[in-house]
Amino acid sequence: MNFAIETNHLSRIYKIRNNKKGNAKELVALQDVSLEVHPGELFGLLGPNGAGKTTLIKILTTLLAPTSGTAFVCGYDVVKEAHKIRPIINMVSGGESSGYGLLTVRENLWMFAQFYGLSSKEANQRILQLLEVVGLADRINTKSSDLSTGLRQKMNIVRGFLTDPQVLFLDEPTLGLDVSASRDVRRFIRQWLDEHPERTILLTTHYMAEAEELCDRVAIINQGRVLACDTPASLKHRLQRQAIYHLEISQVNHHYSDDLKTIQGVREFVLRPRDGYTVLELILDRDETLAAVVNSLTENQGRIINLQKREPTLEDVFVDLVGKSMEDVERGNNGVNHSES
Amino acid sequence: MQTRKTDSLSVLWRSFRLATWLGWQIESNWADPFLFAVYSLIKPLSSAAILVIMYSVITQADFESPIFPYIYLGNAFYMYVGHVMTGISWAVIDDREHYKTMKYIYTAPVHFPSYLLGRGVARFIIASISVLVTITFGVLFLKISIDPSQVNWGFFLLTLLTGVAMLALMGLTLAGVMLLLVHHMFGVGEAVAGALYLFSGAIFPLEVLPAYLRPIGFLMPITYWLELLRRLLVGKVASSFPTLQSFSNLQLYLILVTLTLLFAMLSFFVFRLCEKRAKELGLIDTVTNY
Ligand SMILES: Nc1ncnc2c1ncn2[C@@H]1O[C@H](COP(=O)(O)OP(=O)(O)O)[C@@H](O)[C@H]1O
Ligand SMILES: [Mg+2]
Repeated sequence: MNFAIETNHLSRIYKIRNNKKGNAKELVALQDVSLEVHPGELFGLLGPNGAGKTTLIKILTTLLAPTSGTAFVCGYDVVKEAHKIRPIINMVSGGESSGYGLLTVRENLWMFAQFYGLSSKEANQRILQLLEVVGLADRINTKSSDLSTGLRQKMNIVRGFLTDPQVLFLDEPTLGLDVSASRDVRRFIRQWLDEHPERTILLTTHYMAEAEELCDRVAIINQGRVLACDTPASLKHRLQRQAIYHLEISQVNHHYSDDLKTIQGVREFVLRPRDGYTVLELILDRDETLAAVVNSLTENQGRIINLQKREPTLEDVFVDLVGKSMEDVERGNNGVNHSES
Repeated sequence: MQTRKTDSLSVLWRSFRLATWLGWQIESNWADPFLFAVYSLIKPLSSAAILVIMYSVITQADFESPIFPYIYLGNAFYMYVGHVMTGISWAVIDDREHYKTMKYIYTAPVHFPSYLLGRGVARFIIASISVLVTITFGVLFLKISIDPSQVNWGFFLLTLLTGVAMLALMGLTLAGVMLLLVHHMFGVGEAVAGALYLFSGAIFPLEVLPAYLRPIGFLMPITYWLELLRRLLVGKVASSFPTLQSFSNLQLYLILVTLTLLFAMLSFFVFRLCEKRAKELGLIDTVTNY
């Protein structure tokens, strides 16, 4: 059986030239990625900024050559058969306002539909239909430069769906959108796939909830490596034996973090300073460990404002796999896997 | 279910046609018709005026000399060089940096060279207006005598279009190079046009150049193209120049066609090479959110 997307030991290294010294640095953006996505799946790629998500999408959409390994879309090799892939895919990147600003929304979309060989009539019908779904129909004759960033992004999303691609690549489609626009977009994506069950979507995101809500299967990616790949439920199932707590505590001194590390049975934890208090997410091997955590808190002159036991989320799965929260990964040095050459 | 044409010739034509449409939308999008006038009329006329003044100072206003129409027409037709090369190569920067659509164009079923060539058509049309205006001005006010009944218009048009095709292919090569440039450089097309100006016999015969630089001029198809265009318009006057005197019009045209075909092969090859390299380096769309 053919996969919609298949990669085998795919790697991508960027050479970054160091102008002054003349020696090149190598940055490993993807490392030994092997994935199989089935037709009809909404497959998620979840990882922090710099994880390599966009790099993978660029390779699959024939924009970038891999350094090693192979990749196939609908059975076609992305390097040797790019021309066979292009007619049957499409791509949308979030967080950017692309488009020919001097053309109207209709003209922008019409032109791209034409590139894919749609007849004018068919294109215009679909444009109207899709614009209605995303609530942009009343702006059809507006110059796209006059649209807000959010609306431009919606236009861009329509452009991706317009050509009815076999495989659609969505690179952080809700990045930069407000809450309600994001919800609209997610609903639209899910609905489209329900109506076209044989189509495939590869979606990248660094929003845990988005992956959890939308995706049939999720690959968790960090520093170019796929760490786990399964349904959201199965991923969370990995933590079923652990006890997961959400605490809000008063400000504590920074020794507390070191103390937590020494407590037996504290598997992972994340501290997030908030306004006037601190959030502590805990993954414990068993419930009994909580007592030791609370004791240590008291020793550090802290107190509990709020405490809750909760179900695992994909966030916890990430923390469990990486040892840090996604925010911490993004804040720290992203590309630690540098090597001189 | 779907009505899609995918055979390659129709992809070629489709890419070219849509790019032409898009290029025209962009070029003719003058918020102000005044700008359009400056761009296509006043700018070429003022550069012609500078040339006329310089000529007049150097030769003590000897406008009767056959060298004057030679220079004037050479300069006028040379405007195509900058316009056509810029129109095509600039599309790379425009789509990549400005509209941020390059990756969507590139990943669409588009024949990329045809797309870029199409993006240059609008600039060709604007250049044609400029050239026409400049020559008309020369005929009306500067005693450049073109006798329309003596001109072989068919041959002239054929030569003009052959040369424009040659320029378009040079533009494609330049577009390939632009794909590899990380920092966008404004006016690369104009700069290349400026650099070749001296070697093309546009405003003086190649004999004026030091002997070791002349081969550049003789290798460039632009040289033969300009010479032939001038001869076809002002006949004998232009052939009083030494450079290509020994060639007949037909010979000049055959040289032009041969060099153009060589350039065609070379430029497609160079373009594909640059494209492949850009893909390896990750430069096709350098402005994505990484
Ligand atoms: N063109 C490039 N040149 C050099 N480094 C790059 C380039 N593109 C991406 N990178 C680096 O590769 C890594 C992965 O980037 P990317 O694929 O964009 O991650 P993501 O989309 O998950 O945020 C990052 O460290 C990024 O800085
Ligand atoms: Mg990205």
